[in-house]
Amino acid sequence: MAKTDTARGLLITPIFQNNPIALQILGICSALAVTNSMSTSLVMGLAVIAVTAFSNMFVSLIRNHMPSSIRIIIQMTIIASLVIVVDQLLRAFAYDLSKQLSVFVGLIITNCIVMGRAEAYAMQNGPVLSFLDGVGNGLGYTFILLAVGFFRELLGSGSVFGMTIMPTINNGGWYVPNGLMLLPPSAFFVIGLLIWAIRSLSPQQVETSEFRITTNTKPHTAQGSV
Amino acid sequence: MGIRRLLDNIEPHFHEGGKYQRFYALYEAVDTIFYAPGHVTGSTSHVRDGIDLKRIMITVWMCTFPAMFFGMYNVGLQANVAIADNYGALAGWREAVVMALAGGHDPGSIWGNFVLGATWFIPIYAVTFIVGGFWEVLFAIRRGHEVNEGFFVTSVLFALILPATVPLWQVALGITFGVVIGKEVFGGTGKNFLNPALTGRAFLYFAYPAQLSGDSVWVPADGYTGATALSTVAQGGIDQLMAQTPWFNAFLGFIQGSIGETSTLMILLGGLIMIWTRVASWRIILGVFLGMVATATLFNLIGSDTNPMFALPWYWHLVIGGFAFGMIFMATDPVSASMTNTGKLIFGALIGFMTVLIRVANPAFPEGIMLAILFANLFAPLIDHFIVQANIKRRQKRLMPSRDKEVA
Repeated sequence: MAKTDTARGLLITPIFQNNPIALQILGICSALAVTNSMSTSLVMGLAVIAVTAFSNMFVSLIRNHMPSSIRIIIQMTIIASLVIVVDQLLRAFAYDLSKQLSVFVGLIITNCIVMGRAEAYAMQNGPVLSFLDGVGNGLGYTFILLAVGFFRELLGSGSVFGMTIMPTINNGGWYVPNGLMLLPPSAFFVIGLLIWAIRSLSPQQVETSEFRITTNTKPHTAQGSV
Repeated sequence: MGIRRLLDNIEPHFHEGGKYQRFYALYEAVDTIFYAPGHVTGSTSHVRDGIDLKRIMITVWMCTFPAMFFGMYNVGLQANVAIADNYGALAGWREAVVMALAGGHDPGSIWGNFVLGATWFIPIYAVTFIVGGFWEVLFAIRRGHEVNEGFFVTSVLFALILPATVPLWQVALGITFGVVIGKEVFGGTGKNFLNPALTGRAFLYFAYPAQLSGDSVWVPADGYTGATALSTVAQGGIDQLMAQTPWFNAFLGFIQGSIGETSTLMILLGGLIMIWTRVASWRIILGVFLGMVATATLFNLIGSDTNPMFALPWYWHLVIGGFAFGMIFMATDPVSASMTNTGKLIFGALIGFMTVLIRVANPAFPEGIMLAILFANLFAPLIDHFIVQANIKRRQKRLMPSRDKEVA
């Protein structure tokens, strides 16, 4: 692990070394739902960055005044308020995108990354560091979303950010779009392959096996052998 | 014995420290195709039968031959009938081969039909084999396991459940997905919980529905469209289907469909050999069959005014669509099916039930057996778990009858 208490470390580490989706396998649900195009992925990523950063900051500000027994409720209240703000902002300034994202902006409340960072980092650290930690984890989330969105939009519609890269058959081009990529389950495959690639590049992320297959018994060590 | 000497001569290069050490899996595959492996079991073993994985897989492979050869004939027959009906033949190298070998499009000529079908099936099979084999060997070399005969089965099954006109690049993509995602990422043969051939087929079905389903993909004749038996029933009811095709024709396989799935007779022929040699589990096949009959009869009894599929009797379910092929060749895959004897019956029944349920009740998918088998594959370990637990419980009771009495 790189130094996690410097500002740089807080921002960079969650992108590759400790990615909330690829290593901690959190926040998968929204990654499946919104990644069929790059633009929705980006907006969703920005929304999560904003919510995680500010919820971390506010939780950290009042962390010493929170009774431990009701801290989850307080955290949820802060997160929920921020999500509503983000949702209203999106409706005001990017109505079409917010319609595409539909309920998934509201569901940021249940995104494990937001709650997890508030509980795991902001409760122990100062507001500035917590804010950066929130931005960093949001960036890690956005990075995976954009990567998944890139493959899904490119292979599913032949375009990136709505700009045609590979003209599809229906529009007189040569590319036959892959319909599976437009369906949410394809994000499972893409995320799985991304995790495979990331863990091949940095093998220290590979979990230790839960069990090992024992070697075969040799005849002379087998019980009851003569 | 020239081959043996050649193999022995080059063998040291593939052992540890040799020039081509990385390619040992490849050497091993070639060696064991020609000769029985020289390894003997070095540890305590439980020999119950002389059969091994290689023999099982080769048996399944050969049991698909009747369906495969009939499939080629039938593809040609359907196309030649359509061409005789004034639809154009599809131009290209296939047409040249057909003209050279058969000399025309006569639906009455068995040889002509066969050649036409072969020009469509053989490229599909070749692409499946080369691309899938490439992945198989790549993973074998990287992971250090052996290339396995299981791929013979996967490749032929995958090729047989595709429509004849599927583009070859889609074949390559489908088998890639089936082998890599369906099998190798989980550790290779024996560790895959899904049937790899069906995984590849399902990928293609959802990715490229236009080339894998619909009315125009089954017969390779220019501009020809014709509904499969299942969609005929779904749209016009059982009477319309019977007006087009007598039951016995569908049983023999003179209908449209994926290459290898049309002839229930030929599939059952291969199935009988597999049951007789105990390569396929009769329990799974019986389970699928009974599950299908029960569910179909149930739907017959319920009846429906709006959905004609409700009225389809079980003996029609048996002969149309991919039911017979799935029941005999796909459901019986020993790796992805349940392992326990009771579990196999339940596993089969689940497939039969789901197949008819999807066919009848879900308007989005005319055919259900592919999804039903994949669905049941997921449940196979769970079914086994409950069977094993029930067995343990029953035996414990037998072991401690006194304690039960005290509780009672």
